[in-house]
Order: sequence, then C-alpha cells, then structure tokens
Amino acid sequence: MTMRINLTLNGRPRTFSVQEHHTLLDALRDDLGLTGTKECCLVGECGACTVRLNDRIVDSCLVLAAEADGGDVVTVEGLAPEPGRLSPLQSAFLEKGAVQCGFCIPGQLMAGDDILRRYEHPTRHDIEEGLAGNLCRCACYYQIVEAVEAAAHGRAHEETQLVESAVVREMPPHVVDQ
Amino acid sequence: MNGLDGVRAPGPLIGQPVARVGGEGRVTGANEYVADFHLPDELHVKLVTLPVAHARIIAIDPTATLAMPGVRCVFTAADVIAAAGEMPRFGPQFNDRPVIATGEAKYFGDPVAAVAAETRDLAEESARLVRVEYEQLPAVFTIAGALADDAPLVQEGTKTNVLRHHDIAWGEVAKATAELVVENTYHFPMVTQFAIEPHAFIAAPDGDGIAVWSSIQHPYWLQRILARVLRLPLAKVRVHAPDPGGAFGGKQHAKYEPLVAFMALKLGRPVRLVLSLEETFVAVRRTETEIRVRTGVNNDGTFAFQDIDADYLIGAYADIADRVVGKGSYIGNGPYNWPAARISARSILSHTVPSTAFRGFGNPQINWAVESNITEAALRLGMDPLELRLRNLASFGDKFVPFDTACDGQWGQAVRRVAELIGWDSPKPEGRGRGIALGIKSGPTTGLSYALVRLLADASALVYAGTSDMGQGARTIFAQMCASELGIPVERVSVVSGDTAVVPYDQQTSASRSTVLMGNAVVTASRQVREKLVALAGGDGAPTDELVRRALGRMGGEISAMGEARKDAQPDHPLGGSAAFFEFNATAVELSVDVETGDITVHKHATVSDVGRSINRLQVTMQDEGAAIMGLGHTIMEHYIFDADGRIRNLGAIDYRIPTSMDLPEEMLSDTIENGDGPGPYGAKGMSEGALLPVASAVAAAVRDATGVVVRDLPLSPENVWHALRQRDGQ
Repeated sequence: MTMRINLTLNGRPRTFSVQEHHTLLDALRDDLGLTGTKECCLVGECGACTVRLNDRIVDSCLVLAAEADGGDVVTVEGLAPEPGRLSPLQSAFLEKGAVQCGFCIPGQLMAGDDILRRYEHPTRHDIEEGLAGNLCRCACYYQIVEAVEAAAHGRAHEETQLVESAVVREMPPHVVDQ
Repeated sequence: MNGLDGVRAPGPLIGQPVARVGGEGRVTGANEYVADFHLPDELHVKLVTLPVAHARIIAIDPTATLAMPGVRCVFTAADVIAAAGEMPRFGPQFNDRPVIATGEAKYFGDPVAAVAAETRDLAEESARLVRVEYEQLPAVFTIAGALADDAPLVQEGTKTNVLRHHDIAWGEVAKATAELVVENTYHFPMVTQFAIEPHAFIAAPDGDGIAVWSSIQHPYWLQRILARVLRLPLAKVRVHAPDPGGAFGGKQHAKYEPLVAFMALKLGRPVRLVLSLEETFVAVRRTETEIRVRTGVNNDGTFAFQDIDADYLIGAYADIADRVVGKGSYIGNGPYNWPAARISARSILSHTVPSTAFRGFGNPQINWAVESNITEAALRLGMDPLELRLRNLASFGDKFVPFDTACDGQWGQAVRRVAELIGWDSPKPEGRGRGIALGIKSGPTTGLSYALVRLLADASALVYAGTSDMGQGARTIFAQMCASELGIPVERVSVVSGDTAVVPYDQQTSASRSTVLMGNAVVTASRQVREKLVALAGGDGAPTDELVRRALGRMGGEISAMGEARKDAQPDHPLGGSAAFFEFNATAVELSVDVETGDITVHKHATVSDVGRSINRLQVTMQDEGAAIMGLGHTIMEHYIFDADGRIRNLGAIDYRIPTSMDLPEEMLSDTIENGDGPGPYGAKGMSEGALLPVASAVAAAVRDATGVVVRDLPLSPENVWHALRQRDGQ
C-alpha cells in the first residue's frame, strides 16, 4: 500500500508517494533521493540517520514516513545557508578536524545543530550529552565537541558584535574563534 | 625501498592543517558512498544464511521465493558452477573461499543463497521464503575446541585445524635463565571493526567486462581477484572504489564482490547488495587470541629472554588472517633488546566469521600480553615500570629484531614525553592509578605505488593516486605534497582516486603505508614535472604560473609525469620483506575505578607517536586520538558473545557497544616526535595505528595500580573488573 505524503523538506514543499511501512529514512534516501542522511544500524543506536522533524531531532530509521506527513523536515542538505556556503557549524567541523571518513557526520551535524538551538550557551557536558546518540568510529569526538563549542562561541561573539555595532550583517562563513 | 634522492627541507605547506580535500562534501551530505549510488534498472540482493555455525546443505528450494512477482533469481552455488564450470575460490592468501557456500555452510553468517529482486523490500521479504534443507554439523568456535583431538576439521583435506605455524627465535631461550621469570596467559576476544558505513557492493555488466563498486581499501587487489574468478583480463574489470565510510582493515579484501559480479553477469543487469550492520558483524572481525608469555628479567632490570606462544583463532576461511598472525606476532617482543627470544604463533581455523585485518594487524593482541607481563615484572622487581622499559628500549640503529630493520627512531623521546604529559613522577590524586605501555608495529614489508601528476596550462594540477581515502585524509596530504613541490597553492590541486580504469596501480591501502609509499610516488612525479617545466621554460627563477606560461605558450597542453615507489619482496625474509618503518607509540593513562560497579573512568590519556614528520599536523592528531579511543573500545567494552551453537548473540549496535562521546577520557593529551627520520617525504613515517596498540596494556596496568586487581582477559568491562574486585576481597 502506498500513501501520499506532504511535507516541507529543507524549506521546500514536497509531495510524494511512499510505501506505508517505509521509514522516513527510506523515504529520504530512496523516494526523495537525498542520500546525505546515512543508514547504519536501523535500530536507533548509531545516529547516522539523524534528521530534524518539526521541533526535535529524530533517528529517521525509527520514524515512519507517514509520521512526517504535514511536518517540517531538515536534513544535512538543508544546513548550508546557500549553495557554495557553509553554516558556521559546518565550517567549524572542518576547521576543528571533526571530519574523517565522514559517514557519521551528517548525523553529528544535525545533533550539533540541535544543541545550538536548545542551548544559548551550551556547556561541554551539554554538548557531550547531546552527541551521545551519534557514534563515530573514527572517534573524532573531541574535535566534534570542539566544533560545536566553537560554533556556539562564534554565535555569542557575533551577537555581541551585533549589539555593539547595531548593524545587521551576515554570519561569517568560517568560525574564527579559538 | 627506492627512496627519494636526498632529503629536502619541507616547504611551508608541509605540516600545515590545510583544509581536508573532500571535506566540504562530507559536511553537506554531497559526498557519495557506495550505497548512495544507483544504477538504472538495478536489482536488489539479499543474502540467505542459516541459524547455525556449521551445516551440510542438503537442498535449496526457491519455489516460494520465485513465486513472488518481481523476484528475479535465487542464486546458489549451482549457478556459479554452471557459469564457471566449477566453484571458483578466492582469497588474499589462499584460494579457499568459495563465491557462495557450496556443500557446507562453515560459519554463522555464511551465505548459502542470494535473492535478486526488483525492490529492496521484495528482496528482504522473499529471502525469508527460501527453504534450505540442512543438517547441522559439529562446529568449533573456541581455541580449545578447534585444537581438540576429535575436533571437526574446518577445511576439507586437512588433518588439523592449525593452518600454519609462525616461528621466530634468536638467542637460546631454552638455555636462558633469569633471576625473575614471569609467566602468564592472556586472552583477547573477538571484536569487530564496526565501520559506521556497512559494506556495500554493486556490480554491473560493462560491455564485454564487468564494473564493480565497492567500499574497498584495495581496489587493485579486488580487480585481480575478480579477473581471476571471472576469467576476464584485468582491463575488462573496472573497480570503482568511492571513499569508504570507515574501514579499519575490515574493507581490505574481497568479500561478496565476486558473488554480485556473477549475479550481474547472469542477470544482465546491475545488482546491489548493501549489508546491514548485523551482516557486517558476520562478515568481518578481528582474531581472538590466547597468548602465553614467559618473561625473564634480571634483578638489575635487564631483560634476559622472552618466550611467547600465541594462538590466534581465525575463521572458516583464511582471508588475510594468517598474515595477521605472522606479521602481528613476529614483533611481539616489543621495542626492546632481548638477548634471547622465541615466538611461536599459530593460525587456527574455526567455524566462525573469517577474521581479517583490523587496525593494528595482530599486534594489539600480543601487545596486551607482553606489555602487561613487563608491567608485572617491574612490580615484582620493585622497579618503576617506566624505568624498566627505558632500560631495555632499543636505541636508534639497534637490530632489536635481528633479521629485520633496525630501530629507526628516537623512541626514548616518545616515552619520556608521554611520562611528562601524564605527570608520571607527580603524586597521584587519591584513588587513582597510572599505567604506561609501549606499542610497536611493523610498517609495510612490500609496496608498489604509482602516482600520475598533471600540471595543467593554468598552473593547476591533478594528482592521480590510488590510495583509498577512508578517513585518514590521504588525498589532503598528496595535494599538500604536490602543491609544495610545484610551488602552487594547495587549492589548485585536485586528487583523483577510486577508479582502476583511470588511476594508476597502487598495491593497497594498509599498514599505514600511504604517506610513505604513495607519498614518495607523488613527490617523485611532482619533482619530475617541475624539472620538465623548468627545462621547457628555459630556466627557473620565476613564479610557477609564469613558468607555465613560458613553457606551454599559446598551445596550452600540460606537463605530466609518473612517479613510482617500490619496496620489493625479500624472499629470504621470514615475512617476505623487512619493515619499511616502524610505528612506535607510548601511551600512559591515569584512571580511577568505581569499586561498587567496576566502572573505569579514564581521567587522562596521553599518547605520543614517533611520526617522523607530520605532513598535516591536524590529521595526525585526529588519527592518533581516534586510534586511542578505538583502543579504549576493545579495552573496556567490546567482545563477541557466542551461544552454545556458535552463533553470535550480540549482533548490532544495541548489544555491542563502542565508545560514544560519553565514554571519553576526561583529558586526551597527544603529541608527536618528529625527527624527520622516516623513509617517506620529508622524513615522514606512517602513523595511523600506533596509538591503538598499547591501550589495553596501559589501562590494565593503571587498574592494577589503582586497585591491585589483575585482569588478564579483555575486556576490562565493569562486569569483569567487578568480578576481579570481588575476588581480591575474597568474596
């Protein structure tokens, strides 16, 4: 049985048909062709398939596509502000050396993005806990934590500057803090 | 090994943390791994396995499966034999592994059939309907079981499950004496590589040949295997090897590529097989090992002799495991000068998952035993374990393994540096223990790498290098080397890899070889290009882009050269070749143990590797720290659990734990020793495995220091440590 799903994906409305037993991960990778979200454990333990659904991140392998009907989904492909530019978090991942093989990174970025949304000034513990559901076998954990920290600090730095200058300007393409 | 002529000072790009080549695609989701590729008209494959470790296959009935619309075939040994005339067998060491189980299933997870269907759902559902009639046979899945007199034999035509012996000795251990002899037996369980990318394979007919996509470390070796089993010329076998999403040794050698290739050729369509994580657990693992070690030390702390027997339990097929045993054991005495030594190792077949390479290649197992025994010897002598190690450590130029490469580093510097980082001589906080251990691993014993460098008309450059970039960042350092030699910005260099039809031959990506071997090839090619450029331009003395304008003029074109790095086999060497370099690491930890739960908290983890020269210091740190944390995984958490029938019970991410962001040492202190004394560009050595080698030994020594308990069977899980604490307390 197939069913029709309407959702917002990375800011764009999408309508598609999906097998009713298919997960959001299946729909993203196979039906919508967005392969940035990765498949590994399929039991909600590794975090490689982490995406944002409405106001929280989910393991998309544990969510039926039908559950996302009418929802707002953000994947790793939706993190960059525009083609050719990276978000401060994405830049921080590269600058801090948080990326080796890269397979877990889409999920790590979605988890990191969620930490930045949930905490104005995340502590190291907040970050480590927020990333606890995302395995990295290359074990760049320190660098991933540092990247999230750097993005948070960069944001705080940016806010200070905004207040001081009272001029709105674009976020810098690279985090230069630390 | 043919090296680079003359040591040149590294240019300003060398050592710099330049942006990772391929980094942007990895943070945008654009980087494509094998499972992200789709071919038109592709079929999906699902493997059929049996719920036992060993069985005789009586009949395979595909009727119910084939009755499902959309199922295209139930592929079995009969299909392979029909196509090839016999069952082709393959393997990196022995041609022992059939394309698909034939006659017998020899381990839990051994595929006996493979279903191809129009959709992935259909493949998975219909595979469950394949009826396999089988007779369960006695199986061996422990070292003792495999060695028993009445053990069932794993491979036909043998008299024992011992595949091979690897014996090395010098001095006369039998006559050697020492004032203290420490003798113990240590155990290292089966663990798995657990790359986050499960293995994936695609095969498609390609004109009069075959094209295969695989997340493989050794695409050219795979090409050779496929050509042999399919009886095709190498030129008709094209292997696409997109960057693996982590490999750690588990993706070195062919697994199911021959199977999907036969299926694609039979069906005339592309077929794809993407393993589940559970399926990768039954596809690759590290050898289980039991090591008996006798260490003879005199009261003044001089080493007298060491005597090692190591039994490595390999799987039903050898894969590269017997090489793991030979190469992992021969240097088992560690980085010390021993007047007399004997190492006897055996590779033992069993009805278990074929074990293969895993970061460290057999060394972590033997290190666990030998370094732990050395710590025990120090404690029994009343000596500082650091001091005992330093007293016997090989110095630069020492032939510490008589028939092999001499000590090629200032290893004492690394040991002293790690002691400094951990604060070895400072008072310990209450309840904490410290441990130190050293690790050594032989680099590649043979090698052959070619690199093609093309300097284009606008002074940008292409490097073709067949190394698999599986996270270590190989392409980044090749771009740095090329840019440095040509005198152009690193952003103007692209590195091409992952296609055997386009990129020249590279023997393999393993043994931390690529910085040295492929690096030398890249630098050699770049220097040749530079020489041609200067000659064509009529002299040096201008920026590279100006030289390119002068050299290529209005015609455009390009200047190219092929570089070669070769380390030939040495037939009279026990390993077929001496070590190109050694990876040396010193690790020290400070930890505490919760005596109520047995849980270990690592407060400080210090790791210092002799890397010769960092080409990219950030990447070196990432590899070093990543190896250290991976080492903590096998030290504290990881092991396969078997049931009475030889089935693995903890398949997958829920029941098999690896370190997360919540399991890290509170402080990681990593550093390098860089004396430019390696055989690679600018004096570099390989360095991706060293920091993993001594982790278990250092942690166990610290647990002993903190609590007095001695654990000789890994992992040092809360359960095992708790039991040891109870034993200590006489409960």
